[in-house]
Amino acid sequence: MQLTGAEILIRCLQEEGVDYVFGYPGGAVLNIYDELFKQNKVKHVLVRHEQGALHAADGYSRSSQKVGVALVTSGPGVTNAVTGIATAYMDSIPMVVITGQVPTNAIGQDAFQECDTVGITRPCVKHNFLVKDVRDLAVTVKKAFYLATTGRPGPVLVDIPKDVSQALAEYSYPKTVTLRSYNPVTKGHAGQIKKAVQLLLEAKRPMVYTGGGVVLNDAAESLTRLVRLLGFPCTNTLMGLGGFPATDPQFTGMLGMHGTYESNMAMQNCDVLLAVGARFDDRVIGNPAHFYRADRKIIHIDIDPSSISKRVKVDVPIVGYVRDVLDEMVKIVESSPARPDAAPLKSWWAQIKEWQRKDCLRYDRDSKLIKPQLVVEKLYEITGGDAFITSDVGQHQMWAAQYYKFDKPRRWINSGGLGTMGFGLPAAMGVQLANPHAPVVCVTGEASIQMCIQELSTCKQYHLPIKVVNLNNRYMGMVRQWQEFFYGNRYAESYMDALPDFVKLAEAYGHVGMKIEKPGDVEGALREAFAQKERLVFLDFITDQTENVFPMVPGGKGLTEMILAEEL
Amino acid sequence: MRHILSILVENEAGALSRISGLFSARGYNIESLTVAPTEDPTMSRMTIVTSGSDDVVEQITKQLNKLVEVVKVVDLTEGNHIERELMLVKVRAAGKDRDEMKRLADIFRGRILDVTDKSYTIELTGTGSKLDAFLQAIEPGVILETVRTGASGIGRGERILRI
Repeated sequence: MQLTGAEILIRCLQEEGVDYVFGYPGGAVLNIYDELFKQNKVKHVLVRHEQGALHAADGYSRSSQKVGVALVTSGPGVTNAVTGIATAYMDSIPMVVITGQVPTNAIGQDAFQECDTVGITRPCVKHNFLVKDVRDLAVTVKKAFYLATTGRPGPVLVDIPKDVSQALAEYSYPKTVTLRSYNPVTKGHAGQIKKAVQLLLEAKRPMVYTGGGVVLNDAAESLTRLVRLLGFPCTNTLMGLGGFPATDPQFTGMLGMHGTYESNMAMQNCDVLLAVGARFDDRVIGNPAHFYRADRKIIHIDIDPSSISKRVKVDVPIVGYVRDVLDEMVKIVESSPARPDAAPLKSWWAQIKEWQRKDCLRYDRDSKLIKPQLVVEKLYEITGGDAFITSDVGQHQMWAAQYYKFDKPRRWINSGGLGTMGFGLPAAMGVQLANPHAPVVCVTGEASIQMCIQELSTCKQYHLPIKVVNLNNRYMGMVRQWQEFFYGNRYAESYMDALPDFVKLAEAYGHVGMKIEKPGDVEGALREAFAQKERLVFLDFITDQTENVFPMVPGGKGLTEMILAEEL
Repeated sequence: MRHILSILVENEAGALSRISGLFSARGYNIESLTVAPTEDPTMSRMTIVTSGSDDVVEQITKQLNKLVEVVKVVDLTEGNHIERELMLVKVRAAGKDRDEMKRLADIFRGRILDVTDKSYTIELTGTGSKLDAFLQAIEPGVILETVRTGASGIGRGERILRI
């Protein structure tokens, strides 16, 4: 039987087990929306701006291991979606983005709502397709899901002209698909793995540093087993939080620009570094020349060969799925009597404990103003460390990462690579839909939240009981912090004048709003908010305007050249 | 250092812009780029001449391999190879210069493809440096127009690039 392109697309999505499509209709996707309307397997979530659709699909994927799917129209639908696509691309999130396009005969004619979607999105997708013949549609969708989820994951875009979604073709969905030009190396080299284990067993001052790759590849358990087996210290990147339990005594906290003193010192002073699913980026290791000055051997496990020796030369590269490689390492260690030399490991731990005594995350707990750190700590206590936390970008993001202890992967959802303000709220929508009974919190600031605040309306429509924790310091805090440190206190355009009354705003959208101004009220307000299980509660915490994020490695400096709170 | 990369790529719309876009996005140099379909019409072969340190060229190769439409990448300069480039050059050839120009074209094993009473159009093939040498050998004032294809390359002997 012949089906239209739109019917074929919806059948494909059903075949892929897609529960939710996040999108926004428009002229070029009307055929597709009409087919969505006629069925109920694939549910559609109507956002208020295409950026929100992409972030919601992204949050859905990050919190569930499934592919996030978004559907937007041509032209402005696509350009609005670009920020969300680039966000997912930088953090390697598996997504399939369906875009409408003007009819094939109008392409290139500067038609209404036409843009070169494939051209505009090319640098920020893993791959993209323009489907010009309806007979290619099913196999293209199959390829898109295959590419998005294998190797290093990422967003894949399928651009469908309106006449293609209307045209008829025989439908059959391929069970598998192969591309002769796409064969990612997925199995780590056995010899290299042995060499790596040998190096780890001989280490005197070992350090394990893991990133988003561990979370994405569901390798947290394997990593935890290996690290505990070896007794080594472990740090996570911003993207890697939850990859190793934060409450484990072997965890030294996040590393990097706002990482803990002990993690950064250990990174610099270790003799063997095991890097897993991480990419040594500038916010993590600071100045690469400074980082490289230290004499240490580096083992790097990653699915993407181009991540290896990109910024830092490594000694033992292993390309493959990190979970399989870690499992293999565990097997080798378990089957061998050799263990790391206890004496040097003990003195290394003593050194780390010494660094920990700096208590680098200390802050003024007796302040009369609400300290943002306190809000996150209370949030952690009240949710038992088990909530899904999304964030936007800036100081609040760092405080959430520093003070909420993530014991499980996929609980911490943030835009690490691209650093997209406006990510938190729509991402939380996706997280809540993927985890309907779990507490979902969006930790944000008064600047970030306004970048996608329109999604409060979507939350109302779909009854998403997200808790928005707004750390309101009336500044773009991170910008203000840099201006204070590096621009002589000249706060150029970082003060937010004329802020809305967030309580009234939340109420106007049909939600509950609360304003909290005293430290003593923080815990009570949070408890009250979480007691409202069915409602979205917007908690507007009026926090200390002058609070800064510490420790801090200034841009371009070495990882150990940290500014600590006590030094100011 | 100068490197010649040979790339087998799916003969699909957009593949070229993915590759050229990669070079501009990551700040890599392209000295020349040539592309044409191979004996298998579904596949094109591209030759890119680039320059950079070994680390940079290693990254370029890895990034190219990461592109979904790229089938294979080889750095020809890693081994023995042959490099050829075609140049068409139109020169003024009048009066006493006319014989001299013919002689020079012969020395460089060029062929004169088109003749008017005032000009020659000469075809030259060789490595890029040979073509440069020819242009340097003639007086700059007599060059009316040049067009070069950019280098194509192939491995010597048993070095074969195919799938």
